[in-house]
Amino acid sequence: MNRREFLKSTTAIAATSAVSAPAILSSASAQARNETLLVIREEGPNNFDIHGVGTNRPGYEVSWNCYDRLMSHGVKKTADGGETYDRDTFTPELAEEWTKGDMSMTFKLRKNATFHDGTPITAKDVKWSFDRAVTVGGFPTFQMKAGSLEKPEQFVAVDDYTFRVDFIRKDHLTVPDLAVVVPGVYHSELVKKNATEKDPWGLEYTKTNTPGGGAYKVTRFQAGTEVVYERHDNWKSGKLPAIKRIIWRVVPSAGNRRALIERGDADLSFDMPNKDFAELKQAGKLQMVSSPVGNAMWYLGMNCKNPPFNNVKVRQAVAYAIPYEKIMDAVMYGVANPLYGAKSNTVSNVSWPQPHGYSADIAKAKALLAEAGMSNGFETTLSFNLGEAVISEPLCILVQESLAQIGIKATINKITGANFRNELLKKELPMIVNVFGGWLDYPEYFFFWCYHGQNAVFNTMSYQDKAMDALIDGARKAAAEGDRAAYEKDVKGFIDKAFAEVPRIPLVQPYLNVAMQKNVAGYRYWFHRQLDYRTLTKA
Amino acid sequence: MLRQIGKRFATAIPSVIGVIIVTFLLTRVLPGDTAAYFAGPAATPQAIEEIRKTLGLDRPLPEQFVRYVKDLGRGDFGKSLTTGQPVITDIAQRLPASAELTLLGLIISILIAVPLGILAAVKQGSLIDHACRVVATAGVSLPVFFTGLILVYVFYFILGWSPAPLGRLDIYYSTPPHVTGFYLIDSLIAGDPGTFRAALSQLILPAVTLAIFSLAPITRMTRASMLAVLSSDFVRTARASGLSPRRVIVTYAFRNAMLPVVTTLGMVFSFLLGANVLVEKVFAWPGIGSYAIEALIASDFAPIQGFVLTMAILYVLLNLMIDMLYGVIDPRVRLEG
Repeated sequence: MNRREFLKSTTAIAATSAVSAPAILSSASAQARNETLLVIREEGPNNFDIHGVGTNRPGYEVSWNCYDRLMSHGVKKTADGGETYDRDTFTPELAEEWTKGDMSMTFKLRKNATFHDGTPITAKDVKWSFDRAVTVGGFPTFQMKAGSLEKPEQFVAVDDYTFRVDFIRKDHLTVPDLAVVVPGVYHSELVKKNATEKDPWGLEYTKTNTPGGGAYKVTRFQAGTEVVYERHDNWKSGKLPAIKRIIWRVVPSAGNRRALIERGDADLSFDMPNKDFAELKQAGKLQMVSSPVGNAMWYLGMNCKNPPFNNVKVRQAVAYAIPYEKIMDAVMYGVANPLYGAKSNTVSNVSWPQPHGYSADIAKAKALLAEAGMSNGFETTLSFNLGEAVISEPLCILVQESLAQIGIKATINKITGANFRNELLKKELPMIVNVFGGWLDYPEYFFFWCYHGQNAVFNTMSYQDKAMDALIDGARKAAAEGDRAAYEKDVKGFIDKAFAEVPRIPLVQPYLNVAMQKNVAGYRYWFHRQLDYRTLTKA
Repeated sequence: MLRQIGKRFATAIPSVIGVIIVTFLLTRVLPGDTAAYFAGPAATPQAIEEIRKTLGLDRPLPEQFVRYVKDLGRGDFGKSLTTGQPVITDIAQRLPASAELTLLGLIISILIAVPLGILAAVKQGSLIDHACRVVATAGVSLPVFFTGLILVYVFYFILGWSPAPLGRLDIYYSTPPHVTGFYLIDSLIAGDPGTFRAALSQLILPAVTLAIFSLAPITRMTRASMLAVLSSDFVRTARASGLSPRRVIVTYAFRNAMLPVVTTLGMVFSFLLGANVLVEKVFAWPGIGSYAIEALIASDFAPIQGFVLTMAILYVLLNLMIDMLYGVIDPRVRLEG
């Protein structure tokens, strides 16, 4: 090619591309729309298998919908007419029925249930899947342990359709723990076929395949872009879902998610920011459902190991210096439950989370700080996770302003998501704003992880107190033995103690926000805070 | 010619090796602990240690590096923990998406910027010159995510002309069979005008957003370079010989003014390719920029290394191409020169 030819050809290309004027058209076939549900979310899964290493939360949603568990939860109505899972009832899923003995539980499996490829599901698969969950390590093993499910020997395939779990100790949380996302049932033969010597449990294979028998299976996946599911038409473990095809598109920009749902191009927008939710709710064109996240709270934690927060007076002073109302209005946009301003710090019931008796009172805060001998205040840092910046950042700024009024000079320390957990583990940060929620919605569960002297990562305050440990252990024991009176006494006891000594200051209980078109029905809130497609319908 | 290309490649090798070493070290000194991040919400120190071991992060750095280089040699860029896919698959999928968008944006930009720059130079100080200045300044000073959001708001939300900003294709179209990874080209190869139109309509807004941003450097460079050429002797001679103004400007002046414009184009292209993260975020575009950013947030080493390496290789290729273009445009410039 010489330069003359080159120049001519470039002019020619330029000329032709200028002519092809674009026709901007959005076309979609109406028929496909009725059987298809388009869900939009900020994030997509990085792994379809909750047993995998580092599976993110959206990945739990895939696991939940693509694998069956032995049992699931019933449903109950919420105050505003919506539906939520019922913590206290268990319904058959893969198991038709069960009997609970003193130290074991026996499940009868459905005889007609099959995996996506048509292979019958047997007790052997259940046993293999449970063995896998307690063996692979990391999150699944940890979660199983939370229900005293620890060793493969506990799981017995009695015959093809009978499965038994033996208890190693009495634990109130064993049954609920069998209905969380982790103990799903995997197609053991298929996974084994795809396992390697280095990866005996086939974790690589299940990363991007869903070898289960759940109501949906993934048929197309593009990381960070979309997940497409088809219904398992032969699903027997529940009522056959109405939606044949679920398309989950990842839309990172919150503004665009809002535009898409407002324009009617998306059917359901999951986990919306509070601001958009409050505004769309006011506009009234969409169905807006918001459910309080069970056993969860935004809180301010103070390091009890080191001065100045090892002094209970200082912690109480801070608790009186938090601008609770402002946080509720300006940060949460009113979409949250207040966890402050109760009549006193002594509670009358065992619900959790519930409000404490502190409220914004600068004079009292100053007095307490003076009592602690720090009337001149001090300097400290206030840290938060940048991954949760939408809420944490304005929250921290409000707290910072307010603390300045009682002489505490707090410097805000932003920590990237990748580093935050690492910092938490070190337990050196003097003051943090964080959010925590437990799947299993029981106060003693929350306290065991967040206040107990075992000092788990969630005890971000490094709070250690023998009396507190005794109360928590007492409540766990009472729950296992079914001793209601002792249970209530201990639970009230540890809540009162947590409020009086305030190592962490509960701020608000967050909500999970969902926007749907008016023709979508059947949405249900679940403890795992992911979307269950099985009950959804579209008119 | 081939030998010259080979020579150029040889000089690029040290820089690529440098890039490999530097990115490897840089990702290791990033704040953040991959194992702690991926150990999940319920990590005990012991669980994190287990994950660290599975990921091979407990090994000494030199050992990790040797393993990394060995894998590279086999074409294995490692695995992304954020997407769960091999990095090479991710990049192969996402690079064409970014490249298609960037190229179209650049073409739109050239179609507007080059004529505008020429006009501004020819009619220096006129209304069009001022207009050109305003357009360029506005384009470069509006942040891309802002322009993008405004365009989405007007053309999708208010007017409804444009399809939903949901990435490369409307959900009811399936991707054309993979040939080049460019949906426009692949759909044409597959003879599917419907998909072509769908892909194009998804592309227009983000491409225009990029074009607006890149107008400024191209317009200004065209104008400046044209001004210099227009005042040179050979143009005066051409004018004095009575050639038509069109001929003087297009055939003689513009051709000579092209060199610096091409250099700018190369720079703008490579810059856009890496820096259109924000546009990708706004339009849910599955491109390579947003991929790298997500990996960075999660301290996910393999994709970051893969991204930087891919970009480095692309820059080398791009520079080579531009150098060859010089030779084609201007016979005085030769590769060995």
